[in-house]
Amino acid sequence: MVEVEERFGGRPGLMTSAREEILHRIRRATHDVPKDEHAEDVPVERGYRKRDEAPREEIVARFAERVAEYEATVHRVNEDDLPRAIAEACERRGIEQLVVPPGLPEGWLPDGVELLRDGVSMQLSNEELDGSDGVLTGCALGISQTGTIVLDAGEAQGRRALTLLPDYHLCVVREEQVVGLVPEAFQRLEETVKGEGRAITFISGPSATSDIELNRVEGVHGPRTLEVLIVA
Amino acid sequence: MEIKAPDAFSGGKTPSFEESARESLADAQLRRNLGKATQTIRAKRAVAVEEMPDWEQLREAGRALKSRTLRHLDEYLLQLEESVKRAGGQVHWARDAEEANGIIAGIAKSHEAKEVVKVKSIATDETKLNEHLESEGIEAFETDLAELIIQLAGETSSHILVPAIHKNRSEIRELFMQKLGARDLSDDPPDLANVARLYLREKFLKAKVGISGANFAVAETGTVCVVESEGNGRMCTTLPPVLVTLMGIEKVIPTWRDYEVFMQLLPRSSTAERMNPYTSFWTGVSEGDGPQEFHLVLMDNGRTEVLDDEIGRQTLNCIRCSACLNVCPVYERTGGHAYNSVYPGPIGAILTPQLVGIGKPGSDSLPYASSLCGACYEVCPVKINIPEVLIHLRGKVVRHKQDEGGIKGKLDPENVAMKAMAKTFSDRRLYEGAQRAARIGQWPLARGGAIHRLPGRLAGWTEARELRPVPEQTFREWWRSRNGSAEGPGS
Amino acid sequence: MLRGIGAWIPDGEKGSTLRVALFITCFNDTLFPETGRATVEVLERLGVRVDFPLEQTCCGQMHFNTGYQREAIPLVRRFVDVFKNYDAVVAPSGSCVGMVRELYPMAAELAHDKRLAADVEELAPKVFELSEFLVNKLEVTNVGAYYPHRVTYHPTCHSLRMLKVGDAPLKLLRAVDGMDLVELPEAKECCGFGGTFAVKNADTSIAMLSDKLRHVLGTEAEVCTAGDNSCLMHIGGGLKRQRAGVRAVHLAEILASEATEERK
Repeated sequence: MVEVEERFGGRPGLMTSAREEILHRIRRATHDVPKDEHAEDVPVERGYRKRDEAPREEIVARFAERVAEYEATVHRVNEDDLPRAIAEACERRGIEQLVVPPGLPEGWLPDGVELLRDGVSMQLSNEELDGSDGVLTGCALGISQTGTIVLDAGEAQGRRALTLLPDYHLCVVREEQVVGLVPEAFQRLEETVKGEGRAITFISGPSATSDIELNRVEGVHGPRTLEVLIVA
Repeated sequence: MEIKAPDAFSGGKTPSFEESARESLADAQLRRNLGKATQTIRAKRAVAVEEMPDWEQLREAGRALKSRTLRHLDEYLLQLEESVKRAGGQVHWARDAEEANGIIAGIAKSHEAKEVVKVKSIATDETKLNEHLESEGIEAFETDLAELIIQLAGETSSHILVPAIHKNRSEIRELFMQKLGARDLSDDPPDLANVARLYLREKFLKAKVGISGANFAVAETGTVCVVESEGNGRMCTTLPPVLVTLMGIEKVIPTWRDYEVFMQLLPRSSTAERMNPYTSFWTGVSEGDGPQEFHLVLMDNGRTEVLDDEIGRQTLNCIRCSACLNVCPVYERTGGHAYNSVYPGPIGAILTPQLVGIGKPGSDSLPYASSLCGACYEVCPVKINIPEVLIHLRGKVVRHKQDEGGIKGKLDPENVAMKAMAKTFSDRRLYEGAQRAARIGQWPLARGGAIHRLPGRLAGWTEARELRPVPEQTFREWWRSRNGSAEGPGS
Repeated sequence: MLRGIGAWIPDGEKGSTLRVALFITCFNDTLFPETGRATVEVLERLGVRVDFPLEQTCCGQMHFNTGYQREAIPLVRRFVDVFKNYDAVVAPSGSCVGMVRELYPMAAELAHDKRLAADVEELAPKVFELSEFLVNKLEVTNVGAYYPHRVTYHPTCHSLRMLKVGDAPLKLLRAVDGMDLVELPEAKECCGFGGTFAVKNADTSIAMLSDKLRHVLGTEAEVCTAGDNSCLMHIGGGLKRQRAGVRAVHLAEILASEATEERK
């Protein structure tokens, strides 16, 4: 570690490394903590809600409602109608070039649109992504309580840049992917994080800012339009 | 290195809060902008919190988790280091700002980066990273819209969450036309945002190095997270091939599951939303996705001094939500610049003097920048008892002045007066004598049943307020006369 | 009128055996004796035998909150010694009670005095602000007052957020005969007093006060009341400077007002 710090401008020549000194300072500062106290001994009362006990239909309906409240467009469709709904959305938005992640079901792909397929070995360049009209993905989860879509770079989602550079994001969420509360989502994602350690992105509505007089403006850097298809 | 606006972290003397507040209060435009902004967000937050039946339980869990972490900070940092390295990242430790800046500049130089893109990080404002990079020939672009605005204006942040809260739309329009060469620009916020989008998109695509702060980092898994709205955080942490994250050592949390608490507390307290538009979580390096080189810089810079104070320690619970700023009646009137620190508002009033150390006239005035109304404590999502810490720090400031201030500290008029009053209050006869003396002594001041002007340091009172004269009879005199004895039944 | 009082008295007897002390506060003692007289009148009207230990001086709040904490410790000790043998201590001041209940433990800690800490722990829960004593302890809301004026109530920060007296003062005010009680907009906002803050940061304090005054004047009330004369001196001082014609009157004085003989 000392070696790395020196290479990157850390201060060499000091007797102890920054790491050792900071750890020493912490131990000195926490001298009031009994020596035999373990971290888990410090009580943490988790009295908050862990699970939404509402009926499934209510949870899904709330998800749809809350995604829409972020100024995203939401449609609820049947499995059979999904390809048509995707094609219609692309047509409505005038999409000519659509980015497609690896593993997206072939049946979803709309006709009459140029597909930009991102491959594992042949990745699209940032310029290609930036020049495209939109991206179509699935998702890992939906959170009803907050109207959040969770991407975990898994199947039908692809790497993070795909959903970032195009100005339009069309996202398919299956009803069974929708969980009730925030804690349920983190529980479900635990495996992904501890396993492959894939990156996770929470998306709650389109990119927004309130930096100018606290007026919410959709779209600064991310996709300015988010459209969600909830599949029964 | 040239610092544009010196503050508590840039060394040298800063003005006191009182002096700076006077300037801010005189700015009518600023007061209008601030009043509107803080009132709007305050009302929105109340709605977002009202919706949560378990808000108090979440606050308690948040407080307890932070307390657990801080009491065992050494273990958690070592665990974090191991987790990040296991996931393919590199970890650096920095004792202070200078060391942190050196490490970051070193990484940028090793990639021959001339430009870096940054996502809002107060830690890098604290270390004056941009100025340091500039002195090394590296240009840092702030990518948060508000940060961009103040960077272009050559100003400093006045709010943790909405750094340009002091600027209105027409001021921003002017600035963009002048500095970014935008033409035919309206003052409509979407148009203004679009100018920033086009300007920065090019920077994001070109940058070799991205620099971010961290909202949290999980010891158990090494997962770092950035909570944001605009997408510039996603850009900075995804597009450049190299990512450097600077975090204060207090930002570590124990386990992945603990996010379930903080990701409920932070958005509602901060932007008053159920969830902020974007949150990025990354664990080291992911093959084929995002930066293939990741550096995490763990910085102390005074935090272990805060940890060392058993009452002050809770300050490190802070998750930088800014709810305390929005409810603070002092902040609402003075704005952030009066605090002369990258950390304004009530949290700044307790964090800044602890980070830079007691005994500096500018930051020593900050614990007094409060009427102790307690609104901040009420909204704090991690239950920092800010009034308690303010009072505790006032004690430290006074003791420092008395013990280290030499003869000047001892002869300070406030010190002399306070000591004399304490002596008076400690003896009933002295106290009753003082009551009589006040009645007699006030006659040169009292005119027509009111005191219009007080002398010396007390003159501030009578600038806008009458003072009522001491009445003819004290309560205890009445009590004694009513009970017909010198002592009354109480003794 | 005295319903509930028996439930609280430890031995179940009426007020005569209850040892209740009035803690007047140095501020009221010297500057607002009429508030003290009113407090005694209200309590006695309810059958409470009030004692006034003359050895009391100041709770030490000003010193402690301004940072002169070593200087405040002897005052803390004094307060504890004077009041520790009472069943209840009542004060017409939210902020002084807040000092005792919330900050005395910190003072005892600072003094490294275990005995003082133990005494504070025992005494602190027995110290009450007037309105909470009446409503929560005596369980009385109608104290038999008559006050034919338009009144607005400012909840002071320490009674609201430190002591959490809740709507106890409003319950008392609503029961006052003849009164027109009007709601104060943005009532929970601090008036800007804040002890030495009002002098140290006079400009900010005045900016806060001017908003409070605007809201008070907007209610068209004749009287602005609160449970703390310190805040009222600030608000009242501002009203007087503006020659607004609105008076600042302590809650205790309103509660002590009775109908004149003619009306009865």
